[in-house]
Amino acid sequence: MSETAQNPTTGSGIPVARLYTADDLGDPAALSERIGAPGQPPFTRGPYPEMYRERFWTMRQFAGYGSAEDTNQRFRYLLEQGQTALSVAFDLPTQLGLDSTAPAAKAEVGRVGVAIDTADDMAELFDGLPLDDLSVNFTINATAPIILAFYLVAAERQGADRSRLAGTLQNDILKEFLARKTFIYPPEPSMRLVGDIVEYCTREVPRFNPISITGYHAREAGCDAVQELAFTMSDAIAYAELLIDRGLSFDAFAPRFSFHFATTLELFEEVAKLRAARRLWAGIARDRFGATDPEAMRLRFFSGCSGATLTAQQPLNNVVRSTVQCMGAVLGGAQSIHVMGYDEAMAIPSAEAVTLALRTQQIIAHETGVTDTVDPLAGSYFVEALTDELEARATELIGVIDSLGGAVAAIEAGVPQRWIAESAYRSEMAVANLTSVKVGLNAHVEEADATELRLFELDELSRDRQLARLDRHLAARDDVSDALASLSRAAASGQNVMEPLIEAARRGATLGELSDVFRNAFGTHREPALW
Amino acid sequence: MAFALRDAGCEVIYLGLQSTPAQIMAVATDEDADVIGASILSGAHLSIASDLIAERSRSGLEHVPVVVGGIVPPRDVERLLEIGVDDVFPAGTAIADVVRRVTALADGRQAQR
Repeated sequence: MSETAQNPTTGSGIPVARLYTADDLGDPAALSERIGAPGQPPFTRGPYPEMYRERFWTMRQFAGYGSAEDTNQRFRYLLEQGQTALSVAFDLPTQLGLDSTAPAAKAEVGRVGVAIDTADDMAELFDGLPLDDLSVNFTINATAPIILAFYLVAAERQGADRSRLAGTLQNDILKEFLARKTFIYPPEPSMRLVGDIVEYCTREVPRFNPISITGYHAREAGCDAVQELAFTMSDAIAYAELLIDRGLSFDAFAPRFSFHFATTLELFEEVAKLRAARRLWAGIARDRFGATDPEAMRLRFFSGCSGATLTAQQPLNNVVRSTVQCMGAVLGGAQSIHVMGYDEAMAIPSAEAVTLALRTQQIIAHETGVTDTVDPLAGSYFVEALTDELEARATELIGVIDSLGGAVAAIEAGVPQRWIAESAYRSEMAVANLTSVKVGLNAHVEEADATELRLFELDELSRDRQLARLDRHLAARDDVSDALASLSRAAASGQNVMEPLIEAARRGATLGELSDVFRNAFGTHREPALW
Repeated sequence: MAFALRDAGCEVIYLGLQSTPAQIMAVATDEDADVIGASILSGAHLSIASDLIAERSRSGLEHVPVVVGGIVPPRDVERLLEIGVDDVFPAGTAIADVVRRVTALADGRQAQR
């Protein structure tokens, strides 16, 4: 957002006029076609005909810390508070394929999420929570096949019917190389594992979304709304091409593609972005991939709102920021939403902050009336003009990425990573030179900030408990070497790894052992220096 | 941050994510660094800072200042300084401020040479 009243622009640099009129929208018949009807291609107005009149979005606060037992308690608390589904945050060792006992894991066990070493831990995580009745989101990427295997084993032990399992596995490795950075293996074998998961789930776990294609982290790392759209679409194109190359039909796998965007504070640009995303994907599905089933053209998404917009200064201001973000996600037609805790610029959120974030969603759902009609901002001269402009600019950038050889080649060359860094630097400098105002940070600053928050503190003993638990597990289990050998053969031969992985998980193999099998087969990736 | 320091005239060697304290000190030795900076967002800053300071001694780099930035709650700033970190930049520290304080440490280090 530019502060220059004379020539304001949106965050992605689109000039904003004093006034928008019908002239900005062109031929009314063409506009009607572009926005269409909700529940029908091109889905500009929403993926479903009734939207929130039928059912609110899924309220899904991202949560996890300490051991499986600790996080199970937080899950139960959130469900008691009226949350409608679960979203698991894993600690860095789990994301990076390290057991809690690994020397490199030491400082990080249970820190940014829950520590999961075995299928037993996963069963403990969902103890007393019926998996055939709960939708669960897993923010996991490099170790996604292992976490999926643990989850399927946990569900099996509950006696849950696999065909009823619902939820989402993030499983978007391209955006790890791009922005989030918890990759393990080089891009090519990493992509193959993504393909193994989608292929397996399409057949075996039909109600589960095996991938969530995510622009969120690039946005949080500093790119703008146009880049977020283009990166997400280019990544989705790369996954679709991979799966088609493996002989799958676009109409068969694309209906289970899920998407994930940020929603920052810039309400109109964000709503326009989300509407443009649906239209872009419908066009790509139809024109690039020849989709014939409308379900394969329908973009459904989760919004994680935005942590990068929050400030450590005057933290209660973040409640206001999060409310606007959540409103943007709702007006943009989100299927599920996480709202940030007001203390997340300082620590993982306290129970109090998480509860308030959930209440923010509940208040918007029940008290504001914005859910009573579908796509309430449609037809706004400004929002429709912005939707068109974002779609046009993102289409152009998708073309640039195509010309670099597609998302995988562009990311391997480090090009979009550089764009993100440059864009992040531009917005940081705008804060530094006051062309962009952040209340409490560079304007309306309070020298002595009196706010005292009770921040979350991790129980430092939870790591010891997790290590003891893993030691007991290793002492009690039978030899798993033949299960690891069979996984190793699948990894080397190109056979889908999911069946041998699930068998090894059943037998008690650990996340570190299973990741090591892949490390031996695929090698590891180190990010090239970009500057 | 790397761009801002570069624009202030510093040579910046950015190691990317997933670097261990030992790797960081090895590069600091090879490149004869004036300042070592670590960005830590996971909440593990106290433990990682202790490891960094210990690894710095093992590498004989006690004379090279270490600074830490990231998601650091106010209560931990003092603790980091006690561990031996030379400066701390919690979320929201102005970029110009970070540049000024890091370049001052680098100048001090240059003056010792």
